[in-house]
Amino acid sequence: MNIQKLVLPLSLQDISQLKQGDKALLTGILLTARDAAHKRLAECISNKQELPFDLRESTIFYCGPSPTPDGKICGAVGPTTSSRMDKWTPLLLEHGLRAMIGKGERSEAVQNEIRRMGSIYFVAVGGISAYLTRHIVSCETYLWEELGTEAIYRLRVVDFPVYVSIV
Amino acid sequence: MKVRVLESAYIEQELFAAIQSISFNPDPDIKFCLQKALDNETSPLAKDILMCMLQNLKAAATDRIPLCQDTGSLVVFADIGCKLQILGDSLPIIVNNALRRATSELYLRASMLKDPLFSRINTGDNTPAFFHCRINPGDSLKLKIAQKGGGAENMSRLKMFTPAASEADIIDFVVETVLLAGAKACPPLVIGVGIGGNFETSAIMAKEALLQPLLMHNQDLNYANLEEKMLKAVNNTGIGVQGMGGNYTAFAVHILEQPCHIASLPVAVNLQCHSHRHISIEL
Ligand code: SF4
Repeated sequence: MNIQKLVLPLSLQDISQLKQGDKALLTGILLTARDAAHKRLAECISNKQELPFDLRESTIFYCGPSPTPDGKICGAVGPTTSSRMDKWTPLLLEHGLRAMIGKGERSEAVQNEIRRMGSIYFVAVGGISAYLTRHIVSCETYLWEELGTEAIYRLRVVDFPVYVSIV
Repeated sequence: MKVRVLESAYIEQELFAAIQSISFNPDPDIKFCLQKALDNETSPLAKDILMCMLQNLKAAATDRIPLCQDTGSLVVFADIGCKLQILGDSLPIIVNNALRRATSELYLRASMLKDPLFSRINTGDNTPAFFHCRINPGDSLKLKIAQKGGGAENMSRLKMFTPAASEADIIDFVVETVLLAGAKACPPLVIGVGIGGNFETSAIMAKEALLQPLLMHNQDLNYANLEEKMLKAVNNTGIGVQGMGGNYTAFAVHILEQPCHIASLPVAVNLQCHSHRHISIEL
């Protein structure tokens, strides 16, 4: 198994060197977003509003963290099922979304779009949240706090373990 | 008739302790199954993931961070002895009080919505729990408690077979369910199968089947053999750990069966992920 250490945001060049089945250890910023946040991002685009962050520099993590306990850096994090986001992903890819992390398969349309845009989809292991949380050095609510666990959180990660699924 | 009395505060405290325990420690046999899979698995990718899963068990217990960020909806099966009286609140209220307290004090994720279709507003404290209750002889209170994540639950299925269905048809249905779930249900899985009963009880049996000790088999030899056959068929799919291939798609299949109507043969399959969080207590 090929293991690569990568710094976020990924460049198109970084992505072109990765192959399906590689393990990647990511260092940098992840933005969490699940169903509700995707819906809002898509609404921003369709209303021609400016997006709150640059998708070309973003690694979106399909994740709804558990609350941060007192005195800890972050609660439990882990991937949720990616295919629920398939509905919105082509639109985000069209606007430059660089990388995604989730769990499970993607629709054929999304697979094709990921490859066409030179983007990448990683899978993280589900159900190993306490282990993943050890790779987080900071966690803050970034956008839409009222969505609770479905808000966008900004996570700074070090050597966060994922596997290349679609590239 | 002599009646035994339990205070609701005591039951609530025991439920809180149970939720606390499973938030950070899965079924005790999960560690054994993960280690065995790691020893026998040949795929380097699957081995790498199994190692992370084993490290997660340690990290959760040491750091007091939940095993999975989806701390589930709470499912409780209660067997109440008819010679038991509960003083104070009723049992469903006690369960929700314990859950509310656990969600806040243990920093669990609130994942329950008030309305499923229209408002979809979060209740904020992970209540209500799913509560099943039976009255039995005796004076004890037996509680089976689980945190059930959404990923595996979403991939569960129910089919109303007719009596023409064979054992092979039912095995195929279980395998098909696992194939459709792929990585979404976070394999290695535990699979609960309810056979017989009617539409609703087959699903409840499938859920309750998950809450047995992980390495236990059905008491009836025919059903125990069927569990074995299903497990083998599921592990032959090659889905493997987290859908990455290999020989360990599931750790166990548990069947519960019930009498059914002459026209029917309901089969429900409830999937559970490797984050197999449940406990049984008797008060
Ligand atoms: S299916 Fe289980 S392990 Fe996977 S994310 Fe859901 S609760 Fe966690």
